[in-house]
Amino acid sequence: MISFQQVGKTYPDGTVAVAATDLTADSGRITVLVGPSGSGKTTLLRMVNRMIEPTSGSILIDGVDVRSKPAPELRRGIGYVIQNAGLFPHRTVLANVMTVPRLLGWSKEKARERAMELLLTVGLEADHAKRYPFQLSGGQQQRVGVARALAADPPVLLMDEPFSAVDPVVRKDLQTELLRIQSELEKTILFVTHDIDEAILLGDRVAVLNTGGTLEQFDTPSELLAHPKNEFVEGFLGVDRGVRRLSFFSSGAVPLRPEPVVAVDAPPQEVLARKGTQPWLLVVDAETKPLGWLPAQQVPADGDLSRVPAADLVSYGHAFTVEAESLRAALDSAVLSPSSRAVGVDADGRVVGVASVEELVPAIRAAQDGSSPENGR
Amino acid sequence: MNVLSEAWGWLTTAANWHGSDGIPTRFLEHFEYSIEAVLLGALIAFPLGLLTGHTKRGGLVVTSLANVARALPTLGLVVLLVVLIGVKFRAVMIPLVALTIPPILLNTYEGVRNVDPQLTDAAKGMGLRPWQVLWRAEVPAAAPLILTGFQFAAVNAVANTAIAAYSSFGGLGRFVIDGLATTDYGEVAGGAILIVIAAILNLMFFAVLRRVLISPGLQPRKQATA
Repeated sequence: MISFQQVGKTYPDGTVAVAATDLTADSGRITVLVGPSGSGKTTLLRMVNRMIEPTSGSILIDGVDVRSKPAPELRRGIGYVIQNAGLFPHRTVLANVMTVPRLLGWSKEKARERAMELLLTVGLEADHAKRYPFQLSGGQQQRVGVARALAADPPVLLMDEPFSAVDPVVRKDLQTELLRIQSELEKTILFVTHDIDEAILLGDRVAVLNTGGTLEQFDTPSELLAHPKNEFVEGFLGVDRGVRRLSFFSSGAVPLRPEPVVAVDAPPQEVLARKGTQPWLLVVDAETKPLGWLPAQQVPADGDLSRVPAADLVSYGHAFTVEAESLRAALDSAVLSPSSRAVGVDADGRVVGVASVEELVPAIRAAQDGSSPENGR
Repeated sequence: MNVLSEAWGWLTTAANWHGSDGIPTRFLEHFEYSIEAVLLGALIAFPLGLLTGHTKRGGLVVTSLANVARALPTLGLVVLLVVLIGVKFRAVMIPLVALTIPPILLNTYEGVRNVDPQLTDAAKGMGLRPWQVLWRAEVPAAAPLILTGFQFAAVNAVANTAIAAYSSFGGLGRFVIDGLATTDYGEVAGGAILIVIAAILNLMFFAVLRRVLISPGLQPRKQATA
């Protein structure tokens, strides 16, 4: 646990980077510091490993003041990941990851073994070990940066905008990877970002900071989205916070109807019967995987769906995986579908049922009214 | 007979390859003086370059000092020093050292100063002490530039050590000066050729040094095509 107690930083010229701040980053959780530039988020983070010294207050890690030992010693016990990884260009990937264990006096063999293990943990391959940083992509370099920070198995990890220099696709991968690693390792992570989406995706708790280093709100992402404390936080969250909050609720509560679903090889009389009751039919293949929507008026008079050309079927956009995916995914599925109906599938991609936008509303209402989300993220 | 064949005649005369004024002796002397000049220059310039580059302070002092040293007329300085302090080795060494200081100083300063700040930040943040940040991050990362500075210094030294002969010291310049004095142009040209060979050997030495001292991680083009 990292606790900030009335921590402040004022520069000699009178600029206040961080106003006296109280904050607790729970053990084994990701705490995100988010805010615009000049909000002191990086300063706060860098005060933990004493890259910057506070001018007031104190920081404790598991009850011990960070100033109780020399800074280099303190830093060796804290993982540190920065924006462009900051790898040693003259050292191989393996040697980079071995840095802190070697500083701590581990044997070469032990450090090497540990480094190899970590490269695999962060999703790199064994033959990356011999390469030099310039031979890696930005995303791979950042993975090495994470591996290097984890090398000595520190309980605390400081991550200063680690993913903001890579392109959005790679960023998404790295974020997913971080969540996966965190679910195994359960580090106490302090994560700085200016990207509110990243904060909401990664944070167990999110601290929203304002210019001048004032803490505006410190809450779970769901609470933040549901109840922003003031205009600043609300503005920072953006216009779609209501929809975004739905991603914290399971799609399990969505009422799915099987009636509009018909197999492409269904008996004609059954197809014709459905045509009479449903404005849209979802045509599925023999394995009940979705093929596309068919408006009722385009169903052939003889009810033989196999005669309908694939091009006449209207795309269903994307399906959502029931339970595993969120209400937000379900709503998105409905919004994207020309039939305004969301397609729910199971883990194997087989259709469970469909729900119209109107049918999603009660589930959405219940989520917004309920005080706590059903799942973590 | 043209000068080149005279030079060839001089170079192939067995007598010129023996004794305390023979070619091998002068060659060794030449390198001895050059190496001494580079080492003395490095002793002054390298720590100063590291200090100013690491702290990113004193840039103006460094560049001014280097410019002054560069502006010194080498031969004039030798003559002046001989007049002032007499025919002493120092009279030769001081101008030579002055020539080796600017490239070592400037390249070390610029090299260390321009190391990616993210690298030094990460190094410090991982728990390297300031001294370790300098030697394990900044110096290796700046090594290509630093080595180039040393190479320039050595080139200057090897080329200018010939002036040592002006004040009766050895080295390959001896042949040029003595040849001129006795109008033995074969010896003059032969000496000049030997100085050129010394310069080439020096460059080859640095090419090897570069391969040995500089991490493949800092030689992207070579690696990328390999």
